[in-house]
Amino acid sequence: MRKLTSKSSLLTYIVIIIIAFFYSRDSLVTTSVAGSALLFGLPLAMAAMVGILSERTGVVNIGIEGTLLFSAFLGFFIGALSKNLIFGILGALIGGMMMTLLLALLAVNWKMDQIIAGTIINILAAGLTSFFYKQGYALPSILPRWEVPFLSKIPFIGPVFFTHGPLTYIGLILIIALWVGLFHTVWGLRSRAVGEHPSSADSAGVSVVRLRYINLAIAGAFGGLTGAYLTLELVGSFDRGFSAGKGFTALALMIFGRWNPIGALGAAIFFGTAQAVANQLMITGVVNIPQPFINMLPYILTIVVLAISAGKVRPPAAAGAPYEKEKS
Amino acid sequence: MSALLEISNLTKAFPGVVANNNISLHVNAGEILGLLGENGAGKSTLVKAVFGLLTPDTGVILIDGQAIEYGDTLGVISRGVGMVHQHFQLVPVMTVAENIVLGDEPKKFGLIDRKSAKAEVLRLSEKYGLEVDPDARIEDLPVGMQQRVEILKALRKDVRLLILDEPTAVLTPQETDELLDVMKNLASQGVGIILITHKLREVMAVADRVVVLRNGNVVGSASPRDTDEAGLAQMMVGRSVVLEVLKSKAKPKDVVLSIRSLEVLDDRKMPAVKGIDLEVRSGEILGIAGVEGNGQRELVEAIAGMRNRVGGQVLVDGKPTKNLHPRSVRSAGISHIPEDREKHGLVATYSIADNLVLNQFNQPPFAKGWIRDLEKVDEIAKELVEKFDVRTPSYANLANSLSGGNKQKVVVARELSQTLQVLIAAQPTRGVDVGSIEFIHNQLISARDNGAAVLLVSAELDEILSLSDRVAVIYGGKIVAIIDAEGADRNYIGRLMAGLKA
Amino acid sequence: MKTLKGAATPLIAIIIAFTVGGLLMFIQGANPLTAYQSLFYNAFTTSDGIAKSLGKATPLMISGLAVTVGIRAGLFNIGAQGQLIAGALASAWAGYRFTDLPFIIHLPLALLIGILFGSLVGAIAGLLKAYRGVHEVITTIMLNSIVLQLAEYLSNGPLKEEGSIIARTPAIEESAVIPDLFGLPLGFFLGIALAAIVWWIFKNTTTGFSFETVGRNKSAAWYSGISVKKITVAAMLVSGGLAGLGGAIESLGVIGRFEPAFNAGLGFDGITIALLARANPLGVIPGAILFGGMRGAGPNMQFDAGVSPDIVDLILALVLFFVTAPLIARWFKLRNTEQRSVTSGWGN
Repeated sequence: MRKLTSKSSLLTYIVIIIIAFFYSRDSLVTTSVAGSALLFGLPLAMAAMVGILSERTGVVNIGIEGTLLFSAFLGFFIGALSKNLIFGILGALIGGMMMTLLLALLAVNWKMDQIIAGTIINILAAGLTSFFYKQGYALPSILPRWEVPFLSKIPFIGPVFFTHGPLTYIGLILIIALWVGLFHTVWGLRSRAVGEHPSSADSAGVSVVRLRYINLAIAGAFGGLTGAYLTLELVGSFDRGFSAGKGFTALALMIFGRWNPIGALGAAIFFGTAQAVANQLMITGVVNIPQPFINMLPYILTIVVLAISAGKVRPPAAAGAPYEKEKS
Repeated sequence: MSALLEISNLTKAFPGVVANNNISLHVNAGEILGLLGENGAGKSTLVKAVFGLLTPDTGVILIDGQAIEYGDTLGVISRGVGMVHQHFQLVPVMTVAENIVLGDEPKKFGLIDRKSAKAEVLRLSEKYGLEVDPDARIEDLPVGMQQRVEILKALRKDVRLLILDEPTAVLTPQETDELLDVMKNLASQGVGIILITHKLREVMAVADRVVVLRNGNVVGSASPRDTDEAGLAQMMVGRSVVLEVLKSKAKPKDVVLSIRSLEVLDDRKMPAVKGIDLEVRSGEILGIAGVEGNGQRELVEAIAGMRNRVGGQVLVDGKPTKNLHPRSVRSAGISHIPEDREKHGLVATYSIADNLVLNQFNQPPFAKGWIRDLEKVDEIAKELVEKFDVRTPSYANLANSLSGGNKQKVVVARELSQTLQVLIAAQPTRGVDVGSIEFIHNQLISARDNGAAVLLVSAELDEILSLSDRVAVIYGGKIVAIIDAEGADRNYIGRLMAGLKA
Repeated sequence: MKTLKGAATPLIAIIIAFTVGGLLMFIQGANPLTAYQSLFYNAFTTSDGIAKSLGKATPLMISGLAVTVGIRAGLFNIGAQGQLIAGALASAWAGYRFTDLPFIIHLPLALLIGILFGSLVGAIAGLLKAYRGVHEVITTIMLNSIVLQLAEYLSNGPLKEEGSIIARTPAIEESAVIPDLFGLPLGFFLGIALAAIVWWIFKNTTTGFSFETVGRNKSAAWYSGISVKKITVAAMLVSGGLAGLGGAIESLGVIGRFEPAFNAGLGFDGITIALLARANPLGVIPGAILFGGMRGAGPNMQFDAGVSPDIVDLILALVLFFVTAPLIARWFKLRNTEQRSVTSGWGN
């Protein structure tokens, strides 16, 4: 653990030096690139939290894509119909939780194959959202930006971190809160115990089923928040197939970040930066890296990381296995 | 005054087996009760019921004279019962302190108070003289140390009754001795202890009383003062199924199977077979006697090519066989009745017929080149089902429709139907009804008489003695003696199995 | 009798899914009877409709077969979609790039190239599973996205049709078009033949038996001398190759070029079809025809009953849900509930 900390602080220094270097050369562009890196990365990081929470507590979740899609759908239409963005956010939260609780029902209660259960979530969400989709609806507005007083005036840091819509702040705070929760609270300790070795949690009096339900519900709320962010804050509209594979990218980031919220956030920012830099380079015409190759990066890196470090990058040990109490 | 723990007439059945049959016993405060029995005798089932992990079918369990509620682990814990499970209930990626406090964690401002968790662990460790590093990660610790954590975890809640399920199975001799001292120390502080084991030396060293289980029944109880290890060994391996096996005298010929300084690791990468040399001749049965967990399983799997041989060779007719290549080992002429028939021996959702040809489905006459000859498969299935008396309406039924004994007959039939040079039979009659046992025994004898070299491994000493022509005793991964079966002294073998110099 | 029983759960699942779908249409203010009538009339009674249904059914059937082969060998090939796209694009390329080849060489060559590229994508997952222990579900999900992006790039870049506004390759040469047979697409007969061949291989050959044994009990397979690693790679090669062929038939027989928007979801429908057929290769045929008909005639429902064709997606999702969730067996007290577990989490 200590080793890891020193490694990551070294990484932080390097990142700061790089940013400082570019900032000194062109402050405007550097700021805008860093800003869009956060913009690209944050929703992916939030979506990765859905997977992290589920799998840390022992339920494989490949249904993130469907969770995002359905929550964005519900968020958009409730927001559009009620002309009220708060209702929209609530709708998105409920939508996300509906999907993960369905996963809980299938995987925890009915002990279905969790991969098939996740596939059902994805296909069902796609079916529901495309059938109930109606054209011609619009949100009254998108969530307003809020420049944090004083903080937003700090050069570089201000415009990058403190000039966003409310869900950006909430998302960032919740990711950090999830990290604290997972690694420093009783709930987190028990959740991880349930995800790693449920029988020892059980023998210590922790209810495996209850905790899996609770955590999947929270995971759903993260999914809902992501959906709300995408539709109500970032884009302001909804379309069929709106999630566009972000849920699968999130899965990759979850693995890449080793099932750790901060790790996944870091990975998401890294890919966000790659995207932002590529965009910038294309605008200025320095090089031409086609967008698809940027999009591919997380997937390729995930495969490479898994192939190289087989056995070292390891998921929570009990992820995928339904818990059976009475074994002789 | 009532006993600390009192169990009366407890019965628990699982589909197909009665794990505990009408068991009664008691434990007093400050007493160490040795619960002795072979694997599958029902020891673990019994203590799991006490700990609220299983619900017995009938029977009463009293703690301090009050009945416990079945299935209520927390209630049982709160009444002062602690358990050290055979399979550690530890989260490998977490620290010692985290594992010990799991379920009742100290808190501060809503966060885990790691400092006081650590302090508590150190306090506990001092109180009971069990040294541990609270910050170490479980998976980085040696097993002996992991077990200490288990014990500390159990002791955390002012435990008065401590259950230790096979605690020494994974320990080195030194670690075992330390553990035995810890137990004596705890007992002197008034803790009642149930020690589950199949190792005689341990109960002799620490137990005040010994209860012996066999096939789910209490078959005897004794005080270590009034008995010796050989006496206990006999009780444990028992004589409940005494089967007269009629066999003629062996006519051994050339050595077919030779094992040369074989070394094998177990699943935890610890040496399990430590340089074994064996020779088995055509037309004889060599039985391996030993208490389970002394390297038999690893030996068998290594011979069959299923487990990595880290040293030594296995030769058939003087030709070495390939390591980790079950197919070439088979084609070298080794048949193998595996110990775990559900895992290795059968494909549960295949028909009996397909299971009967599993080892040669791609060879003539069951396949012509690429194409299976299903008629031939049916033919042989019909023949084998009849010959081996597999009780089933049809060979087309699925294997998992059969009883344990009949499943085993399918495995035996398949392995014996191949042209036999060497037969490795591991626990060939485990979990099999008496009628099938006799049948299987006769099949092994006739395989021998037809010229096969048979290596028999069994936890049942009677089975070894009645079938074998020679007996090799295994202890601690080594063969400690090879003797003629005829006229062998059970007590003598019992002492060898217990690791004593005869 | 046995097959009848095995078909009970899928049939009930289909009936429930259609009923729920009908209810949803009703809620939307449409007449479900009119809608279903239009769907079935247009899909299965007119000769044009049948041809269209069977044309749509063909790639579905083959991708269903691809997933089936994987399941039989204990692999959940979520990557059929990616393998299919690889095959579709590669065969389309072969279809327009080689000119002046006779039909008899050009078409088989193009199909073969499709199979090859599908296999290639599948093999990556198979090799990583067998030799590095990486779960095939993760690799195939990642490969799906990689292939999709690559296909988007190629069809919008180096392989783009000159002057086209949308991303697509040039149309394939006449010599690579899969012709019709008796007014029905030839690919359909090829699909049926393939289903029968796969069925026969599993029933009668040692290869099929090896696949099946690995799928049902890896330990027993290892014990009895089957190389689990080789079979794993082989199964992914075959599964990927079939998916690639499905894509090739879509390109060469249905669309006539590669156009990313057209292949969306075929591989995922393949998963549903395979699970609906309970991994029986012959069961894939009716499933694919039903799905193909629905996909083909979906737009007619809008015209006749004002129901969005997207109801088809929803009904198919409901079919998947009801056929895999252990509900029907419980409600109808069916004894034959052998549910294959195809995966086991990320472990092993």
